[in-house]
Amino acid sequence: MICLEIPKKLRPLVDQARQVGEYVFRPISRKYDTAEHEYPKELDILASLLKGMNEGGGGTGAGAGGLSEKKKADGKNRNGGNMATVLGMTELCWGDVGLSLTIPGQGLGNSAISAVGSAEQRKRFGHLWAAMAITEPEAGSDPSAVRTTARLDGDQWVLDGEKIFVTCGERADAVVAWATLDRSQGRAAIKSFVVEKGTPGMVVDRLDKKLGIRASDTATVSFTDCRIPKDNILGSPDIKPKRGLSGAKKTFDNTRPIVAAMAIGVARASLELTRELLKRDGIVATSYAGTQLTAHAAEAELYRMEAELEAARLLTVKAAWMADNKIPNSVEASMSKAKAARVGNHITLRCVELCGAAGYGERQLLEKWARDSKILDIFEGTQQIQMLIIARRLLEKPSADLR
Amino acid sequence: MMRDVIKRIMGTSLGLLSRLGSSELLERLGWRGATQQAVYRGTKVGFEAAQAAARRFKARKAGDHPERLARPSQPKLFDLRPTEEQEMMRDGMRRFAEEMLRPAAEQADETCTPPGELLDQIHGLGITVMAVPEGFGGAGQQQSAVTNVIVAEELARGDMGLAYAALSPLAVVQAVVDWGSAEQQARYLPPFVEESFVPAALALLESRPLFDPQALRAGAVRDGDGWTLHGEKTMVALGETAQLFLVAATVAGLGPRLFLVERGAEGLAVEPDPAMGLRGAGLCRLKLEGTKVGHEALLGGEGAEGFDFEALVDRGRIAWGAMAVGTSQAMLDYVIPYCNERQAFGEPITNRQSVAFMIADIAIELEGMRLLMQRAASRCELGRSYRREAYLARAQCAERSMQIGTDGVQLLGGHGYVKDHPVERWYRDLRAIGLMEGGLLV
Repeated sequence: MICLEIPKKLRPLVDQARQVGEYVFRPISRKYDTAEHEYPKELDILASLLKGMNEGGGGTGAGAGGLSEKKKADGKNRNGGNMATVLGMTELCWGDVGLSLTIPGQGLGNSAISAVGSAEQRKRFGHLWAAMAITEPEAGSDPSAVRTTARLDGDQWVLDGEKIFVTCGERADAVVAWATLDRSQGRAAIKSFVVEKGTPGMVVDRLDKKLGIRASDTATVSFTDCRIPKDNILGSPDIKPKRGLSGAKKTFDNTRPIVAAMAIGVARASLELTRELLKRDGIVATSYAGTQLTAHAAEAELYRMEAELEAARLLTVKAAWMADNKIPNSVEASMSKAKAARVGNHITLRCVELCGAAGYGERQLLEKWARDSKILDIFEGTQQIQMLIIARRLLEKPSADLR
Repeated sequence: MMRDVIKRIMGTSLGLLSRLGSSELLERLGWRGATQQAVYRGTKVGFEAAQAAARRFKARKAGDHPERLARPSQPKLFDLRPTEEQEMMRDGMRRFAEEMLRPAAEQADETCTPPGELLDQIHGLGITVMAVPEGFGGAGQQQSAVTNVIVAEELARGDMGLAYAALSPLAVVQAVVDWGSAEQQARYLPPFVEESFVPAALALLESRPLFDPQALRAGAVRDGDGWTLHGEKTMVALGETAQLFLVAATVAGLGPRLFLVERGAEGLAVEPDPAMGLRGAGLCRLKLEGTKVGHEALLGGEGAEGFDFEALVDRGRIAWGAMAVGTSQAMLDYVIPYCNERQAFGEPITNRQSVAFMIADIAIELEGMRLLMQRAASRCELGRSYRREAYLARAQCAERSMQIGTDGVQLLGGHGYVKDHPVERWYRDLRAIGLMEGGLLV
């Protein structure tokens, strides 16, 4: 039966995440935006709290680590881990996007391990905080162009290459790095490897200074003759030309709605604060009375943004719901990310404009949110990459035709 | 029980459809040769309709209390799957829209007239019957805003104008079921479960810039034993044939209310009022020049229990949102194969991102619209507050569906601008979404 309400059973989780956003993140938001690269030690307590929540709550964790339940489809409607994760992430990012990205133990590498790793690997690496290392200086939106190599030497993989834009690259306990077994075989030869921190040959070369999400460290990591155990490869070491980047795609289907959720969180924060600031000047857009055409221009704009945000939110919950119910959701995952990320960026920027200097100045967080939101339309697949994915599917076109 | 009724209704009419076949039916009805414009026909048909109204709506013995529909039970989880009944309804409507509405749309648009036999057939699908409580011979048991938006979406996927005509009586029936007195229900509901389509329309919109439904200019004043109505209503469906109008007018001390005005009422003039789009609905203007109706014409009476004008407006907006979704879906379905086949510079134009991304955007925004609209409908059906959701669905559907309309024409280029393709009609129809109020009800 069609019902688009968030179920009661997930409310405690949403409330908890919201409280983390409000009482843990917001008070230190500006501090770590200013003190870029300083480790937010306040989050250590949070990490143990979240771990407890994950263990106690049947895998419905608030962070990205709470993904992927291995249940079979049985025709019964489920609101499970994927939905819980996007809802939790929305609230955390309503608090602060940068801090949400740097919660110990909740890295994107953790999602990859739970999505593609074997049971043994999930157990072995489960306690680690794992970052994801895909992008290279010459391989951004086209990860099949990665140049980092992995070769088998006895019972060890040997990695060589450079990774950039590694979120939590410095703070995490491990990175999941993409490397090719054979560049001549294209994407089918690209595999992911878990490299634990402290492995000789792995070096954090530098930390980037960024437009936003400055509380989150973004590192350049290089591998030089970096040797890891043979069973640190995620998935099969065989090169199956037909399979392509399927493992990676599977991860993205799960993580794109999470990035969409992040955009929804920060945009909602902007919209709520803007509404509050405008209220002081008598602009109230909460009655939903009359028509948009007769409303004050600023009111109409608030309504328009709210409608966009709501559309993005529902697309995101839909994508997560599909994942919970084992319905293939690549297109929906990309749709949610494309819509939420562009709407999130638009709303945060427009809110600064609506609030004028009060929005542009550093006394409020509006200008920060407008900087933070931009990354969400870039990482985990840019707006343009999402559009390609959606268009290729709709038009039934191979990537050779629609490039 | 419900499912059996639907099966019976759908079985009969779909069986009928497959026997007739759409092209044969067209020939039989002689639509191909129809040249007369509605504008010149209004008077004669209108007179016949008035006669029919007088025959049809009779005072009948009423119960002690009006009959209302129950609400469904509250689901516990987020769920996008329609019920089995809704799925059957959706599939049946989709097929009907594809086989019957779409082929009839062009002619209806040109002549500004919905074909009567087609409306009878839609009626045969049971849409209205399922809104009428069982006590009046209907099959209605539960409020079903979600089923209504599913139906509206599917019919509008065939043609928005014809869908507007087909669903107009449903709006009237639902208002009478929800807010009418026992006497009003006994008088007006039984004809709607009979075999043929009873044309009726809900008239709310007025013709002026920045129309606000909360500030109606049409008014009703007490006049002896009854009421006198003044003002104008426009974009009302089924102008030529409607036998019953539900007219929104302000009453001093009561605010905006609805009046049941039968065709032929003294001082009521009905004029064709063609517009940019929705032409297949047979749009008309009601002129209330001191229209006289009895005291019993006020829906629910003066102390109408639970009458909620804002809810009427909101439910109308949700329904128009569903229409926007249906026609936008038609647009998406049309541009994909067209653009995939269309060659330029030696390859399909969809090999270009500027074209492909425009289509991807249509798909994204369409799904966003649909989810917003369905959420509003679902909250309405479950008896939860839905003012905000209806407002936001309206805002999004108005803006995004017009974008889809204009992008659809753009994707076909010059071919989109000429009437060889339906996209120019959809462009005209979609312009209605941002301005329509009333007329429909979920």
